[in-house]
Amino acid sequence: MRHDKLHTRFAALFAALTLICALCTPPASAAGKLQIMTATTDLAALAKEIGGDKVEVESVARGYQDPHFVEAKPSFLLKLRHADLLIVVGLELEIGWLPPLITQSTNPKIQVGAPGYFDASRYARILEIPTGVVTRAEGDVHPLGNPHYWLDPENGLRIAKGIQNKLSEMHPDDAAYFAQRYDDFEKRIKQADEKWMTEMKPYAGRKIVTYHRSWPNFAEYFHLEVVGYVEPRPGIPPSPQHTVELIRLMKQENVKVIAVEPYFDLKTPNAIARETGAKVVVLMPSVGGEKEITEYFKLFDYDIAKLKQAFDETK
Amino acid sequence: MKKFAVLSALILCSTCCAAVSAQQAPPVAPAASNNTEDARIKALEEQVRTLAEQLALLRGELKELRDAKSPQSASTDRIVLASSRIEPGMLPSAPAYSASLPASPEPSPNPAPTQFAQTQTYGGATSNAKLLNPDMSLIGDFIGTAGRNTISPSRSLELHESEVGMQAIIDPYARADAFISFGEEGVNVEEGYVTFTALPAGLLLKVGKMRAEFGKVNTIHNHALPFIDRPLVTNNLVGGEDGIDDAGISLSRFLPAPKNWFFQGTAQVYRGDSSDVFTANRRQDVSVVGHLRLYRDLGESTNIDLGGSYARGHNSAAAGTTLNSSLFLTNLYGADATLRWKPLRRAIYHSFLFRNEFFWSARDQLSPVNIFETQHAFGLYSDAEYRVNRRWTLGGRFDRSGRANNAKLTDTGFSGILTYWPSEFSQIRGQYRYGHLWDITNSRFTDANEFLFQFLFVMGAHGAHPF
Repeated sequence: MRHDKLHTRFAALFAALTLICALCTPPASAAGKLQIMTATTDLAALAKEIGGDKVEVESVARGYQDPHFVEAKPSFLLKLRHADLLIVVGLELEIGWLPPLITQSTNPKIQVGAPGYFDASRYARILEIPTGVVTRAEGDVHPLGNPHYWLDPENGLRIAKGIQNKLSEMHPDDAAYFAQRYDDFEKRIKQADEKWMTEMKPYAGRKIVTYHRSWPNFAEYFHLEVVGYVEPRPGIPPSPQHTVELIRLMKQENVKVIAVEPYFDLKTPNAIARETGAKVVVLMPSVGGEKEITEYFKLFDYDIAKLKQAFDETK
Repeated sequence: MKKFAVLSALILCSTCCAAVSAQQAPPVAPAASNNTEDARIKALEEQVRTLAEQLALLRGELKELRDAKSPQSASTDRIVLASSRIEPGMLPSAPAYSASLPASPEPSPNPAPTQFAQTQTYGGATSNAKLLNPDMSLIGDFIGTAGRNTISPSRSLELHESEVGMQAIIDPYARADAFISFGEEGVNVEEGYVTFTALPAGLLLKVGKMRAEFGKVNTIHNHALPFIDRPLVTNNLVGGEDGIDDAGISLSRFLPAPKNWFFQGTAQVYRGDSSDVFTANRRQDVSVVGHLRLYRDLGESTNIDLGGSYARGHNSAAAGTTLNSSLFLTNLYGADATLRWKPLRRAIYHSFLFRNEFFWSARDQLSPVNIFETQHAFGLYSDAEYRVNRRWTLGGRFDRSGRANNAKLTDTGFSGILTYWPSEFSQIRGQYRYGHLWDITNSRFTDANEFLFQFLFVMGAHGAHPF
């Protein structure tokens, strides 16, 4: 009986503590600045281009991380709960980790469909939208299309335009500022694009093999031809049988470059390279993949430099 | 399509009417004056003009409808970087491996308003109707057991559970999750709750049947566990496989904490019926669960997760006696600590997890000589798992637990676990389990040596698991 009383007291104390804590209000966000959270660093870089010093931007995933497999750590909730805007890649790229973060954030502003939820894929040109029957026999396919669409400067510009509209809608007073930042971004990306296209022109039509299906937009934009993948199917680790088949195909098509994302193991690509005389090049699919890739432009600068070097070395 | 049909019918109708009225126009009398003829021709011309205008209008509407349906034709305003135009002859041919995946058309830089929200159809227009269906999945859990266990023998082969999951956003303020498990003995709503996500003051409210926030293992579904069975302590003190899983209301909130610490409190009230842990004899015999969680990143790869839990409810010790059942309570206390390591650059290849959970149970009951007593039992499990490469994981678990109704009887065990993933959507697991268990019928300890194996398969949407 004595225990019973003790337990009742304990329960009452617990309830009281919870109530007291519940009544404490969370700290307000930094004055005036829009708090933006993005799923990936590329979207963060684009948001920063448009938002400038009127926004504070942070990404959940890091640039060197596989965006399919991010852990839904509670530490992200601390940031998401104060966000005014959440920018996602969409097309089910983040299906394995973002939904519980959004639900648990207790932030009504960024719930799916709320004004602070921004799906960048709605603004971009999407490739590889499967038609007909879609099954997992094809691996971890994305039924809504390939989600690695940011690796196309035109899509970057389209998303930036969408972000400009969204920010202007959220902060109408700064609309002119965002418009001016967009114009400036557009001007700079056009200049950069001239440079990239000139650099890549000699390699137009070159065939490459990539590890994962991350590069369709990039390849199409810079007129490269992806003839095969190290993964037998998206999300399925390399198998000996597929590797043999890939080696045969690469020899037949005279493919000399294997592009690998930074988060994949290099063992199989290196083995294939040894067999075929090809070169393995680690390309960065996202801003922040390497320290020097601090902005959207530098992502293309980096990847183009690496590709050029690989093409030149395997002439 | 319907609209299109109606429009076509309208156009057809008006064209026919025009033709008929033209045919029905009385023949011009040779004696009629030129003026009347002119007037008629003018009237006819006017009619034709009006019809042409209507046709143009209808065509316009049709085009708008088509544009709204597919972003294909909305390319008038598209963004194109001057230098990137593909020159003829430079176009690479379709890649061999993606031949079945056609490229999508040019999108509009300003997407249509939400009512046309780029549905990105992938199976014809009819599949649009399915977009509002909940995300559905079925997870099959097949378990086989070999070896010797006389205390808690399980079947040699069984489809242990087929869990159907349905998850959807209900409205702008809530989402719902339902998990219905079909087992060998029947159907059970494992969880079915609505979560209100748009509450003020940072509150998160869940209402329905759910697994209680009591420690870690109690919240995890069978298929998401790092082992085939549940730890001994779960079976002895916290309600076995189903655990504390009841109908109730849950409220949680972030609590003030030092910088970079995540601190969350959860308070839950349940009906008070949970397996053999809690039994509600009367309506007021509700059970309560409280949970505090403290989390911190120790670096980008390593983090620590600590928790404290409390649960209280009535038990069934008075069943079959004349005693007041409200006097018999069970109080449960839990503490958990988890250390995780997962290097971000190699997240799919290597990870390590070390988890410990401790449980204390204080159960009011009658002693064998019918005297009121409280049994204080303690139990724990300790689990470590290491991901060796993309497909293989090694794990081990140590178990030790007293029994809720006789704390002196302590069962001990350990397991070695090996898991193989053919893909993200299937899993094959083997577990060797040793148990030093108390045999009530023979009043002595006995050893159990078993080999368990499990095949898991996932159909449909692969929903995220809680961290």
